[in-house]
This record gives sequence, structure tokens and C-alpha cells, in this order.
Amino acid sequence: MAQAAAVAKPPAPPRRRRASTAPHRLPYLLIAPAALLMLGFIAYPVISVFYYSLQDYNPTKPWRNGFAGFDNFVHAFTEDPQFWDTLTFSAQWVVVEVGLQLLFGLALALIVNQTFVGRALGRALVFSPWAVSGVLTSVIWVLLYNSQTGITRYLADMGIGSYGTSWLSDPSTVFPAAIVADLWRGVPFFAILILADLQSVSKDLYEAAEVDGASRIKQFWHITLPHLKDAIVLSTLLRAVWEFNNVDLLYTLTNGGPAGETTTLPLYIANTSVDAHNFGYASALTTVAFLILLVCSMVYLRLSKFGGGGK
Amino acid sequence: MITEEATRVAPVPAPPHPAPDRPRRRRSRAWDEAPRWQIYVPLSVYLLFTLVPFYWILLFALRRPGSTSLVPWPVTFEHFEKVWNEREFGVYFQNSVLTGVATLLLTTLVALAGGYALARFEFRIKRGFMIALLCTQFVPGALLLVPLFQIFAELRMINSLASVIIAETVFQLPLSMILISGFIRNVPYSLEEAAWVDGCNRFTGFRIVVLPLLRPGLIAVGSFAFVHAWNHFLFALMFLSDQSKQTIPVGLNTLMSADSVDLGALAAGGIIAAVPVVIVFAFIQKWLITGFSAGAVKG
Repeated sequence: MAQAAAVAKPPAPPRRRRASTAPHRLPYLLIAPAALLMLGFIAYPVISVFYYSLQDYNPTKPWRNGFAGFDNFVHAFTEDPQFWDTLTFSAQWVVVEVGLQLLFGLALALIVNQTFVGRALGRALVFSPWAVSGVLTSVIWVLLYNSQTGITRYLADMGIGSYGTSWLSDPSTVFPAAIVADLWRGVPFFAILILADLQSVSKDLYEAAEVDGASRIKQFWHITLPHLKDAIVLSTLLRAVWEFNNVDLLYTLTNGGPAGETTTLPLYIANTSVDAHNFGYASALTTVAFLILLVCSMVYLRLSKFGGGGK
Repeated sequence: MITEEATRVAPVPAPPHPAPDRPRRRRSRAWDEAPRWQIYVPLSVYLLFTLVPFYWILLFALRRPGSTSLVPWPVTFEHFEKVWNEREFGVYFQNSVLTGVATLLLTTLVALAGGYALARFEFRIKRGFMIALLCTQFVPGALLLVPLFQIFAELRMINSLASVIIAETVFQLPLSMILISGFIRNVPYSLEEAAWVDGCNRFTGFRIVVLPLLRPGLIAVGSFAFVHAWNHFLFALMFLSDQSKQTIPVGLNTLMSADSVDLGALAAGGIIAAVPVVIVFAFIQKWLITGFSAGAVKG
């Protein structure tokens, strides 16, 4: 429309655009609101976390507050077994969860990318948990895992599992139970992102490959997967960071229990700061978490040669 | 099926005699035509996994208290009434709507301005700004609770929805801006220049020429912001101490951590929490995928 209108009118008389000064300031004006918000509510808090990590800071014990140097960090790495436990659990959680999500998400995307009857409805249905929040996911799975009325009871009737304790309060089942609950919501995320990218693969490539006699598995390895690489690398990274940082699900599903079995580092930090008011120590742990994420992301992006090594 | 095959082969100028000895393709299925069972069997299994949990929550919300039937019949709405009135989900709902819509508008507007600058201008701090945007993705929002709390306390915004709206917006902004600048880059600059030649200034040119083309992307970004704000839990839990200011996820958490959990009420509350998101999702699903393929991963 707009294009047509532009063509239809006779060319306007040459006119000096007021372009000499405006573009100079305009981009800065345009990013100013975003920049200010981010400076005030991300950059400043980050800096204050770094600052507090070097302090003893606990509002309930003001007499001890003051500069602490690296004591908080030393304490975390040498004297606090809980720190190592939560760190190990976080790593397990992220690796297992994101790995399975990627695997199932890729499979799901490949399936719903095919043409078949009822595709639109099928897509809408399998993607629907994506929109569900961490808290709502917890609600749903608490209902399912309830030992009295949950689906686990009916499964026990069929010989899968046993009666009595909820899968969420038994240390031997809580990890897989929480993983399944999070998969339910996380697989569609990957599927949506991968599907979006799948649709931009040129059909010609497949037809050419077919003429050359490549099997569908070969087509997948040599056409589909390389094409999806950047999407997979990026969505895996985002999801891993997100799964690491997210506390909504585990906080409401297990609250880190039973017996600290499912406490991630961020959950531990939240407990240390909000419940125990040990802000200095919590800030040090936050700093450690931030650095771990940063280093892991850099290594990951380097290893995966994101962007194909170009710009 | 057969006609599709035919059209695919047809454009190739066929030799007068379609020689029978010509090497025939043994497997003439295209990539998007896998055998039916390879689609329907795994899809059905996955659908079961997706839908059973939804059915379960409906079951608990709709059947009478104390019933153990696997079919919610006769249907009762008493759980909903109870949650809405006694548990104040009506109030939570309003607060959540307010938070979600305000976050959506604020995020989209600010990200649109910033995204336009990133897409159309070269300026000195651009590279640094882009790197900063990416770095924010590693900043755990949940871990900044304490400093954020202090800031909002300084600003006297604790216990006001504004604090939650700002916090949600800030954490949505970087990704939204990256996405939107990607969408804008996909709109040819020459369209805008043509509008200027016709006498538009930058703003009207943008509004008339670029904005309509951005609609799918903006819908994707906006609904993303809404869904996030609607679902997110921790900021509201921490910044809003007054019960009448709380949002739905916090209400759900309260129901869940009560001493004796009322499963029916919990399920009904969960459904109330899901409805707006499901509606949003149903509307945007189509745009979401095109929106992503347009801007997200390609940048």
C-alpha cells in the first residue's frame, strides 16, 4: 500500500531534509528510556551486589556489619557444604533438564513441521503448556503427584510405583518427578523456537538431496541440523541460563525439599537473603553464580562456534 | 498425494518418451511427507503427556469436594466461587491484569524506540549497548531481589504495583529490544526513504510505513511481556506485602502452602490463572512462529 502510494505520486521537489542535527541526537534519545531503566534497575543492583559481597551485611546483626574482604567467598568455598550441594544440584538440574528439553523439543518440532490433518490444532495443543507459568505447573503437578487422589495412586493400582508418600516428598523420586513436571512446560519452548527456524529451510535443498538419493536421515544430518544450529545453540543457552536462574517452579513445587534435595543455588541464595537476612553472604553467592553463568556461557559460545565463526 | 507428486515432477521438461529404464527415485517422499504413523503415533503419545495434566486440574476444579470419580460429573462451580470470593482471587485477578497490561505497553513502547535506534542508526555507543543487552541475559533477576527491594524502598514504591511493573518491564526489555530491532531491520529502509521523499518526517514515516509491517512482531513481543508479567511470581511476592495488592501466582502459592491444602480450590485458582494466558496464546500462536522466524534467531 504505502509503497504503491509512494510510487504513484510524482517525485517531490528536492527538499533539504532536516537531517543535519537530528540524527545525531535522535538515536540517543530513542535508547534513553531503555538505557535509564536498565542502568537504574539492572546495572545499579548488580554493582550493589558486588559491593555487598565484600561486606558483612545483616540487618539483624548490625554490630557485625562492615568491610569483610573476601571472607564471604572463602566461607562459601571452604566452609559451607551446602553451597557445594546446591551448586552440584543446579548443574545436574540444568544439564538433565535442558538436554531432555532439547531432545524432545527437536523431535516435536520435526513432527509438527510435517503436513498432516489437524496440524493447526495439534500444534496449539502440544504447545499450550509453554504458556503456563512455573507456579501453575507446580499446582498441576502437585495435584497429579498427590498420594491420596493424584494420578500416582492410579498408577500404583497398575503396579507402577507405590501408595503412601507423594513422589515429591520421597528423596528417591523427587528429582525425576520435578524433571518431568518441568519438561512438560519446557519442551514446547524448544519446539516453538526450532519450528520457527525449520520453516525457513528451503524446500529446494531437500528436493536436490532427494534427487541425489540421500535418505531422510542423511537429509536430517546434512541439511536440517546444520541449518538449525544457530537456533539450537542460542535457545539452549537462553534456556540453560533461565533454568538455572528460575526459582518459581522449584520454590513452589518442592520448596527445595525434601531435606534440601532439590535446592538450587538461586533458591539457596533466596533463602539466605530473604529468610536468614544474611545479605552479605547472599551477595557473595550471587556474584559466584553470576560469574559461573558468564564463564559457562562464554565457553559454550566459543565451543559451539556460534554464528559460524563469521561476524 | 498423487497430484502433489505430479506437480513436483512436471516442471522438468520431460523427454518425449518417459523412458522406463530411467533411474527412478526409489523413495519419492519429500521431507515433509513422512509416513503417517511416524507422525500420529509419537504425536498422540506426546498429546497424552500434554493433556492429562490439564484434564487433571479440570477434574479437581469441577467435581464435587470429596468425590474421587475420574469424570467431573455432575459439574460444580463451587470451587471457583469460593476461590474468587473468599480467597480474593477477584482482587488478585485485577492486579494481575493491571500488571500484565502495563508491562506489555511499557515494554513494547520503550523497546520499540530503542529497537528502532539500533536498527536504523550507527552511533558511538551502539556496540557497547548491544553487548550490555546481551549481558543482561546472564543477570539473574531473582538474585537481584535484595538490591531491587532496597531501591523500591528508597523510591517509596514498596507495596505498589508500580514496583512490580517496572521490575517486570526491565527484565523483559533487553530481549524485546533485540527482537524488535531484528524485525525493523527486515523492513527495507528504502520504504522509509520513499515516505520521506513524499514529505513525511521520520516519525510519521515510521508510523505509516514501518509500524503496520511490524504488527506480527510487536504482537509476539507484547504478548511475551504480558505472559511473563502474568506468570512471574517472585517480584510480586517480595515487593507487595499487602494482601490486597497481590497477584494471582502469589495467591496460588498461598493456597499451595496452606496447612491443609484445599485441592479443589487450588485447581480452580489454577484455572483462573491460566485462562487469560491461554486466550492470549490462542490468538498469537500463528504470529509467534512467524515472528520468531523473522527476527528472533537471525537477529
